[in-house]
Amino acid sequence: MKFNTLRRHFRESGKNLGRNGWMTFASISAVTVTLLLVGVFFVIMMNLNHIAGNVEKDVEIRAHVDSAANDQDREMIGRKIEQIPEVDTSRFSPKEKELTNLIQDLGEDGDAFKLFEQDNPLRDVYIIKTKNPQDVIKVAKEVEGLNYIQKVNYGQGYVEKLFDVVNVARNIGIILILGLLFTAMFLISNTIKITIVARRKEIEIMRLVGATNSFIRWPFFLEGLWLGMLGAVLPIILIGTGYYYLYETVSPRIDIKFVELLSVNPFIIQVSAILLLLGALIGVWGSMMTVRKFLKI
Amino acid sequence: MIEMSEVSKTYPNGVVAVNSFNVKIKQGEFVYVVGPSGSGKTTFIKMMYREEKPTTGSITVNGINLSKIRNTKVPLFRRNLGVVFQDFKLLPTLTVYENVAFAMEVIEKHPVEIKRRVMEVLDLVGLKHKVRMLPDELSGGEQQRVSIARSIVNSPKVVIADEPTGNLDPETSWEIMNTLEEINKRDTTIVMATHNKDIVNNLKHRVIAIENGRIVRDEQRGEYGYEI
Repeated sequence: MKFNTLRRHFRESGKNLGRNGWMTFASISAVTVTLLLVGVFFVIMMNLNHIAGNVEKDVEIRAHVDSAANDQDREMIGRKIEQIPEVDTSRFSPKEKELTNLIQDLGEDGDAFKLFEQDNPLRDVYIIKTKNPQDVIKVAKEVEGLNYIQKVNYGQGYVEKLFDVVNVARNIGIILILGLLFTAMFLISNTIKITIVARRKEIEIMRLVGATNSFIRWPFFLEGLWLGMLGAVLPIILIGTGYYYLYETVSPRIDIKFVELLSVNPFIIQVSAILLLLGALIGVWGSMMTVRKFLKI
Repeated sequence: MIEMSEVSKTYPNGVVAVNSFNVKIKQGEFVYVVGPSGSGKTTFIKMMYREEKPTTGSITVNGINLSKIRNTKVPLFRRNLGVVFQDFKLLPTLTVYENVAFAMEVIEKHPVEIKRRVMEVLDLVGLKHKVRMLPDELSGGEQQRVSIARSIVNSPKVVIADEPTGNLDPETSWEIMNTLEEINKRDTTIVMATHNKDIVNNLKHRVIAIENGRIVRDEQRGEYGYEI
């Protein structure tokens, strides 16, 4: 394509937004409203997911080593654990340290356990974290089968329920976001369709004077792009500033373990990029699908 | 220049709009196409610029066989053709200048050439002083002249006009005819479907009369031949 032609397409696509003033306004509004919905929902979902992830990350396996095991056996156990592919880290914690931890955790009541320092009833422990928290149950079973492992503890019963809840919440989130996106695509592409249908005469005339299909498509492609991106501007500003203030006011006041908001810096930029891209994609898609109909000779 | 042999067109609903047409139109000819409403005039005209495809038979325009041309080549074919309509088909949001320039922009002419040529044809149709106006600010006759200017701006060998005076009063119709005559004098073929008895009988040219999808008359310097 010639440079002059490309320049014409850019100029025309911009001018057309102005010429079709109200239609442009309607399209941009449709994009704005739906992207705002998608964006807000996305922010909520991502934060819930983040919190769920934190909770999951806290799940660990504590493998108690039989007191009959000697140093060699313990080393063997450590190596075997690290050989399990799903294992991320494993840390050895001798029984002396376990006792100190216990005494510290219990505070004043812990003093009673100081008596045991002479004859420690606790066991040496391997503390294992898995790469994917949901593998905990599987890894625990494998570790349980190793020699000299007396018992394995990972919050049995409680952990399975936790994972169930987190999984259901995630799936519901994904379904809702997909549904919302689907609705957004139809709403936006329908509004754009109306603006283009109103201009089918223009396409008809272009075809009559010998414009190729790609020449006709270009300005509409660009218009779809502008509509989508312009429509994304307001949601980005609103969600960006809204989230910033929410983060600034709410974050310092939360003192529940696991519960924290995603920090503003990378998150809002990511959300903005996603919204802009989404707007552009839906805008272009909507306008291309409609123009295609009028280009059949 | 335009040649139809054994051309028929049957619409999907079974209506036979055009039945075994055999027509030859030479370069530089001026041809009226007359006949009652629904006789097949518009289908005949539409087939010439490949808006309709014939069901059988072959059509050649400007040396291109329209029965065989691929869809992607249709735009290129149309660049050597001008089309004028009863309802002008101007873009209401563009000025007179932009409407005419549009036809050159779509075929990617250089901006300098566009400017020169657009002013030239607007001068020819007598609208050089109204270049900045919008179609709505012009009279019907002026709008049709803009539409004619657009149809000839790329110097086509053939101009096809479907009732170009249909919406205009007699006086304005004559102005349009003078413009078309002027274009015809420059060796451009003109095929014009019309209901205007006065024009056909006074400005004598070849007349092709169509009734019920058949050519019933084809005479040099013919008459309109119908009572309105």
